[in-house]
Amino acid sequence: MTELALIMVSSILVNNFVLVQFLGLCPFMGVSRKIETAIGLSLATTFVLTLAAMCSYLVQQYVLKPLDIEFLRTISFILVIAVVVQFTEMVVQKTSPLLYRVLGIFLPLITTNCIVLGVALLNANKSDFTFVTATLNGFAAGLGFSLVLVLFAALRERIAIADVPKSFEGAAIGMITAGLMSLAFMGFAGLIRL
Amino acid sequence: MSMVLSAVLALLALCLVCGAILGFAAVRFRVEGDPIAEQVNALLPQTQCGQCGYPGCKPYSEAIAAGDKINKCPPGGEATIQALADLLDVEVEPLDAVEGEKPKMVAYIREAECIGCTKCIQACPVDAILGAAKQMHTVIVSECTGCDLCVEPCPVDCIDMIPLDQSLQSWKWELPLPPGQLIATDREQAA
Repeated sequence: MTELALIMVSSILVNNFVLVQFLGLCPFMGVSRKIETAIGLSLATTFVLTLAAMCSYLVQQYVLKPLDIEFLRTISFILVIAVVVQFTEMVVQKTSPLLYRVLGIFLPLITTNCIVLGVALLNANKSDFTFVTATLNGFAAGLGFSLVLVLFAALRERIAIADVPKSFEGAAIGMITAGLMSLAFMGFAGLIRL
Repeated sequence: MSMVLSAVLALLALCLVCGAILGFAAVRFRVEGDPIAEQVNALLPQTQCGQCGYPGCKPYSEAIAAGDKINKCPPGGEATIQALADLLDVEVEPLDAVEGEKPKMVAYIREAECIGCTKCIQACPVDAILGAAKQMHTVIVSECTGCDLCVEPCPVDCIDMIPLDQSLQSWKWELPLPPGQLIATDREQAA
C-alpha cells in the first residue's frame, strides 16, 4: 500500500513528467491558452496514459519478454499506443458525441505525446513493476500532467491580460513561466526517496 | 536466424491482433449520421423558414454541427441561441445583425380576395393560419413567425407581409450595449 502511495506522489510531484523529466512539452506549451481546452486535453491524456500503460505492460510481459525480443519495445509500444488512441476515439464518438466534440482534436494528438511512450518505456525498464503498479504509474503520470497543464493554463490566462513588456509577449513569457514552474517542482525532489 | 524469424512473426501477430481490434471497433461503433446535428435540430424551432440562409432547420443544424454560427435563427430568438450555446459549449452571441434589424413581420391575408384554397395552411410551418376549404382564411398574429412561406403558394396573391406595429404587449426594453462600448475607457482602448 505504501509503495502504491509512493508511486503516486513520485509520478505526480517529485518526478513530474512535464516539469522535471521534460516530456510532453509541446501539448504543455501548445494547449494551455484556455483553461477549458487544457482540462479537455488533461482528461483525454490521463485516460489514454492509463490504458496505454496497461496494454504496453501486457505486451512487454507476455509477448516481448518470453520471445526474448525486447529490442522491438519502441516500435511495438508505438503500435499499441496508436491502436489504443484510435479505439478510444471510436468508442467516445459512439457513446458520447459531446465529449467527442470537446476532446475530438486532442485525441489523435495524444499519439504523438512523448509522455505516453515515455511511461511505457520507463515501466518496461523497472523489473519489479507488477500490472497494478504499472497501471498506477500511468494514471499518476496523467494526473501529474493534468495538474501542471491546468495550473499553467490558469497562469497564462492571467498573463494574457497582464501588462507584459513588448519583447516578452506571447511565447516568450510562456517559456519563462514554464521555467519558473519547473524550478518550483524541482523543489519537491527532497520530499521522498524511492 | 530463429531470433529474426520470431521477431518478425511476433510483430506480424501483434499487428494482426491490433488490426482486428480496430476493424471490429469500426464496425461495432459505427456512427450513423451526425449525432450533434440531430441534437441541434431538436433545439431549433422547426419553422423551416429559411431566414438563416439554409433551406430549413435540418440543413442549418448540419451547418452548425460543421461549425457555422448559432445566431442566424430569428424565429428561435435569444432562447434558442442560449440553448444552442449551452449544448455546444460556445459563447452566446447576439442575433445576427442583418436579420435582427428587420422589424418583426407578420403575414396578412386580404380576406375579401381569399378563395379558400387551403394552400397557405399547408405551407405554414407553425400552423398559424386558420380556415377550411372554400372558407375564408386568416392569420393568427401571435402565432405567425413572419417566415413568408405562405406568400409563394397563394394562387391569388392575397397575402401581404406587413411589419408588426409595436404595442404595449409586444414592446421590449432595448438590449444594453455590449460591454466594450459601455465604459468610456474600454471604448478608447478598442479604438
